[in-house]
Amino acid sequence: MLERALTGDQKYYRWITALLILMGLGFAAYLVQLNKGLTITGMSRDVSWGFYIAQFTFLVGVAASAVMVVLPYYLHDVKVFGRITILGEFLAVASVTMCLLFIVVDLGKPMRLLNVLLYPTPNSILFWDMIVLNGYLFLNILIGWNVLEAERKGVHYPSWVKPLIYLSIPWAVSIHTVTAFLYAGLPARHYWLTAIMAARFLASAFASGPALLILLAFLVKKYTRFDPGREAIDKLSQIVTYAMIISVFFVGLEFFTAFYSRIPSHMHALQYLFVGLEGHRNLVPFMWLFAILAIVALVLLINPSTRKNDRTLKIACAAVFFSMWLEKGLGLVVAGFIPNPFDQVREYTPSILELMIALGVWATGFFVLTILYKIAASVKEEVA
Amino acid sequence: MESSRRNFMKIGGACALGLGALPIVKAYAKNEKPQVAPDSKALVATKWAMVIDMKKCWEKGKPGCKDCLLACHSVHNVPEIKTIKEEIKWIWNEQYEHVFPGQENHFLPEEIRQKPFIVLCNHCTNPPCVRVCPTKATFKRKDGITMMDYHRCIGCRYCMAGCPYGARSFNFRDPRPYIQTELNMTYPTRERGVVEKCSFCDERLAVGLLPACVEACKCGALCFGDIEDPNSEVRKLLASRFTIRRKPELGTQPSVYYIV
Repeated sequence: MLERALTGDQKYYRWITALLILMGLGFAAYLVQLNKGLTITGMSRDVSWGFYIAQFTFLVGVAASAVMVVLPYYLHDVKVFGRITILGEFLAVASVTMCLLFIVVDLGKPMRLLNVLLYPTPNSILFWDMIVLNGYLFLNILIGWNVLEAERKGVHYPSWVKPLIYLSIPWAVSIHTVTAFLYAGLPARHYWLTAIMAARFLASAFASGPALLILLAFLVKKYTRFDPGREAIDKLSQIVTYAMIISVFFVGLEFFTAFYSRIPSHMHALQYLFVGLEGHRNLVPFMWLFAILAIVALVLLINPSTRKNDRTLKIACAAVFFSMWLEKGLGLVVAGFIPNPFDQVREYTPSILELMIALGVWATGFFVLTILYKIAASVKEEVA
Repeated sequence: MESSRRNFMKIGGACALGLGALPIVKAYAKNEKPQVAPDSKALVATKWAMVIDMKKCWEKGKPGCKDCLLACHSVHNVPEIKTIKEEIKWIWNEQYEHVFPGQENHFLPEEIRQKPFIVLCNHCTNPPCVRVCPTKATFKRKDGITMMDYHRCIGCRYCMAGCPYGARSFNFRDPRPYIQTELNMTYPTRERGVVEKCSFCDERLAVGLLPACVEACKCGALCFGDIEDPNSEVRKLLASRFTIRRKPELGTQPSVYYIV
């Protein structure tokens, strides 16, 4: 089936070329990092994780796109999702690929990566994250590929795929939970030390993943002859609505606990994010943008007339995606390190090279996504 | 059996994967560890601990004395990178409000608020850094020392997120050009991309020497010994003087105590 990715119109080639150029630039920047070390990033001994790990955290959420179509289709027989499960699964493949790449580019000694396997350490959450993320990647590749291949041949997919599909549902929950546990179990990182961290991760994942999936479904409809179906998009938009409401509610819970208890260490990170702390306010504009986008998204999603209108739904989904990106892919990780263990505020700003590497990883993800969607759409066009 | 190039590739791929996994199987299966005879002069303890008498340091030491810090950093080839972001620190000075955040008030004696406190790795009984490390590159020794294996560390910096005391430094760049002191050829320098920190001078204890900082302090403000031995110097100090530890509420049980 892979050969379908090799043929396409001029637009397709132009897009692929653009992605390859970005990937090349990112790789060149990575070579500089490999040569000079992480000194080329904006990270420090105080904010020791930055943009890379934040992107990783956000993208684990985007991978939830798969479970949010697979679960209703296979457990609740929501037939309209039958046509687009493949889109959800392939988006998950692309996002988990990006997650793994972001972990690799963040390592100080990437050549020692396999030490995680050579010296397996079950008490480390990172060890478990490695297992669940790789597992989820392989599950979605196996399931997506086999179901699509069967569809192309006009037969039912092999029977051994079914248990894997069922397994992929709890497995999806595990990737968000384990990733949340990376943060939620650390003493003295007060912003992360919250029991609802995993719940927040699940809620925001179920909002941002399907939101991107809706946008992609519109793109697929525009550029190919495969129509994911209006009903499927309707159903997905309801899921996004509920997940977004719960997500914003959870953020509100954090505010209540911190500011009603008035415990300084609980308030500091939130103060830093939204009003600034000790005169440091790098992230304040971004967090207010998050708040505004979240409200715009909620208004457009809750109101049925704007949710059912293509144009406003697209705006709402973009708002969900970017607001969650600001909250997770920018604020959450950095604010965990502020103030530092000495109660000092040391800010973090990513460097140009760091952003180039990150852009390269995103381009790689979209390259994988484009190839997989091209194959899926070609097969769907063929059998239609 | 029907065979095709496709099947051949599949089987070949599976075999290659299987062979690739062999070292992992070996890693899981092995259980015996190499044996090394200890030096007969080695200092041993059930659990090492340090009591830092800040009063003694301020009263007897000359103002601005940095003997302990310099001794440590030269013995361990600690580079001097002068940016706040990339500084490598094993033992250094901080003010009270930063060492004991949340325990300061406006009316503390001037001395306490202004004078430097010595900070280093706390060698916690319950170390979060060891708990989170995905490769056991940082681990707990039987004698209570929290150790670093610079050759195993993958540089993920999870331990830095885990440490509540900011005791860990990451080599963002190659540290070797920044070693300002005379190179100590008996102690390894580090590479870029790994985390490092105080090791309670495990290499000196192994040959019967006290930690470099303890030895360097002329006013005897640093006391090092076995906390499980009731007759040790540290136990006598802990029994006779009021001591505090950093962030006790976290349950990490630091092995570094302060007399204020």
